[in-house]
Amino acid sequence: MLKTLSYDVVVIGGGPGGLAAAIAARERGAERVCIIERAEELGGILQQCIHNGFGLEVLGTDLPGPAYAQHFITRVYQAGVQTLLDTMVLEVTPQRVLYATNARDGILEIEAGAVVFSMGCRERTRGALAIPGTRPAGVYTAGTAQRLVNIEGYMPGRRFVILGSGDIGMIMARRLTLEGAQVERVLEIVPYLSGLKRNYVQCLQDFGIPLQLSHTVREIKGNKRVEAVVAVAVDERWQPIPGSEEVIPCDTLLLSVGLIPENELSRRLGIAMDPVTGGPIVDEGMGTSLSGFFAAGNVVHVYDLVDWVTMAGEVAGRSAAAYALGMAPASVYRLRVVAGDNVRYVVPHLFHPESLAQGPQQLQLRVREPIEEKVQVILEADGVEIWRKTERYVRPGEMVTVKLMPDLYDRLKPASTLTVSVRKPR
Amino acid sequence: MDDPYDVIIVGGGVVGCFIARALSRYRVRVLLLERESDVCSGTSKANTAIVHAGYDAKPGTLKAALNVAGNRMYDQVCAELDVPFHRCGTYVVALTEEDLYTLDDLYHRGMQNGVSGMRIISGEEMRRVEPLVNPDARGALYAPTGGIVDPFLLTIAAAENAVLNGVHLRLETEVTDLIRQNGRIVGVSTNRGQIFGRFVINAAGLHADQLMAKAGVHGFTITPRKGEYYVFDREKSRVRTVLFPCPTPISKGILVTPTTHGNTLIGPNAVDIRDKEDVTVTPEGLEEVFAGAQRLVPTLERRDVIAVFAGLRASGSTGDFLIEAPAQAPGLINVAGIESPGLTAAPAIAEFVLDLLRECGLALLEKANYNPIRRSPPRFSELSHREKAALIAQDARYGRIVCRCETVTEGEIVAAIHAPVPARTYDALKRRTRLGAGRCQGGFDTPRVIHILARELGLPPTAITKKGPGSEFVVRKTKEWDGNEKV
Repeated sequence: MLKTLSYDVVVIGGGPGGLAAAIAARERGAERVCIIERAEELGGILQQCIHNGFGLEVLGTDLPGPAYAQHFITRVYQAGVQTLLDTMVLEVTPQRVLYATNARDGILEIEAGAVVFSMGCRERTRGALAIPGTRPAGVYTAGTAQRLVNIEGYMPGRRFVILGSGDIGMIMARRLTLEGAQVERVLEIVPYLSGLKRNYVQCLQDFGIPLQLSHTVREIKGNKRVEAVVAVAVDERWQPIPGSEEVIPCDTLLLSVGLIPENELSRRLGIAMDPVTGGPIVDEGMGTSLSGFFAAGNVVHVYDLVDWVTMAGEVAGRSAAAYALGMAPASVYRLRVVAGDNVRYVVPHLFHPESLAQGPQQLQLRVREPIEEKVQVILEADGVEIWRKTERYVRPGEMVTVKLMPDLYDRLKPASTLTVSVRKPR
Repeated sequence: MDDPYDVIIVGGGVVGCFIARALSRYRVRVLLLERESDVCSGTSKANTAIVHAGYDAKPGTLKAALNVAGNRMYDQVCAELDVPFHRCGTYVVALTEEDLYTLDDLYHRGMQNGVSGMRIISGEEMRRVEPLVNPDARGALYAPTGGIVDPFLLTIAAAENAVLNGVHLRLETEVTDLIRQNGRIVGVSTNRGQIFGRFVINAAGLHADQLMAKAGVHGFTITPRKGEYYVFDREKSRVRTVLFPCPTPISKGILVTPTTHGNTLIGPNAVDIRDKEDVTVTPEGLEEVFAGAQRLVPTLERRDVIAVFAGLRASGSTGDFLIEAPAQAPGLINVAGIESPGLTAAPAIAEFVLDLLRECGLALLEKANYNPIRRSPPRFSELSHREKAALIAQDARYGRIVCRCETVTEGEIVAAIHAPVPARTYDALKRRTRLGAGRCQGGFDTPRVIHILARELGLPPTAITKKGPGSEFVVRKTKEWDGNEKV
């Protein structure tokens, strides 16, 4: 027989988004809240992020990843949230019945009043990039290498080349250097940094690790273990420039080439997805297209700071609790939020102007191209400008947040689209 | 000198493993040698995984006869060995007027080769069967006897069944020379010393020509012919039929096929190279393969790719399989030039080799206790919820998911490590359990699998490899800097 359980809110994934969602769901009045986490402990990827830089926005202090996680783990247990650790969700039905497995209970059948997806994201791999060459040992994603070093205590190599200037890659460049490894350089295919500027300064510049923009790996060499990579310069269309090849001897290639929201469960349920973010289409309460299913954190879109993930988790947890308790506001009317000039995507995708009655709401966006001068972030309701603000610069690696104030309600109410654009001032 | 073997098989690819299994039925002492850390480490692990119907090969060739004969054996062999095999039929798609003539040629060749059930269908019927096919499809040759198989599990299962029936297997044992006494081949020299046997079967794949040359058999050469492939994410794989283009003189062309695990596989191109170890994927090759596959299925998208790889065909200089007992080297049996349809033909090749051995004077008397049945260890992801619960109740390790994309449990990994043909490397585990074969390509499971392998094998993590010595995953502990980093 299968063991059966029942909860008001089930949160899938115990990383920062899931922790915040569970706490918020309890605070919003859900009695029975459970986090299902596949690892042996809560905290998600934060447990291997032993560097600092977490918590400035939410806790007003700069913490290493495990300390930031512990703050919320303690609150989760204080709030009376149940946890199922070392447990993997295998299947979710549209009627919100979950099947999960672990070594203690076998297969669990779990009924949920509401479900919060907070499975986070995974790293883009060598295979997804189809990097030519051999297939030796010594090609790792930056996060896998981070786990090997920080959790398992083993060095994945001695001489590294890092492809991609994502944050984890840059942080690992510093970490590996501190552990005595030689980091030859970081290659980035686009002409600008893809992670945070602060990580470039603190992790590469301070350690004298060269960054080559508009460069990529053309080939991996070595049959058993990586022996070298061939680096090459690329043109504006990312095509290799003949004659610019350079063989860099190394025994390890780390990949920091992007993160992909982990949405296998959501996709199998037929939840509507955004092809740009790779995550579900959500409204300002983090509700998905399937009633009773909410999503929070990197499962929706990839954030630059964990603090934003925590805030998104709180929103999703509150919405899920309200739904489970039958207190969700009737969904009356909603706007489509559209990515305009130089905006790659905006979250949420749908917006209920009524939500402004509860207070300010947030839009978060990423730009397509960096602009290293003053720019304007402009909101248009059905093509008519309703609001603008100035940013000192915009970069694809750094999210832009727009706070929608309640006084915009009258302008938004009659509109059907809200377009967000980022433009240089005329 | 140890008691000599009756038969020493050089090469643990699909051919060597099927010969070993066929011999394990009889009262003979058999040794299977493989230079890599696992069987199925060469051509057998990197191919199209198709069980061909048999209309391609020139009538009258060994390829034609053994293809059709091997194909007929597949249902029984895969049932006995508990290996995924789907006789789903295959289609050769005509995109041009000229292609339609080629279909006729293939059909007639197939008839001569004894392929049953073939039919030429209209473009309309083709599109009905496979809506994703190029809308310009004008017709197709349908061969209902074609199918798809898991070549890793097939080869490993054949080797396991052979071992359970008494065959000795030595991995990481590379044959460096043949031993000749009084004009006969009486054994092999290896990196681990000399081994004697009455017969030596040369199933050395790409290297079979070098091995026969050591016995003084010249004139047959093997050219490595590279083929490159893409694998697609299962969730994005929608092609449900095996689609071939019309063939070229050197290759069956770049095809689009589902795998037995539900991924789409496209490839291969065909490039003759020199280096028999060169499985490099090239930018040019990848372009060629993608463009070729898009001719059959225009909607394929690069963003759905999860892996690329290359394999080498052991292309013989006669264009046909060479399976012979050469007069110049009594005691040696050559099984060489086994390129496509070698996977299909393998069970029939094994029977053919047994006949040759009999002709050469080896008495093959049946064992009383031969068991052709080999049961696959449990595959968690294929069980119902209730079956899963029952399995975990027996062994809690089946409740711990190690590879999340393919839902592979610790129980399956431990079972594979201690199987009759043990998986002692990451790639060996991957071929058996599919861990790391999904969309995250091992990003999640690798540190955990290193830990499990180290624990089960009683080795330090620094000794755990991807594919044998020299492919270690980690080099040292942190905090134990040994100064080897600086150049």
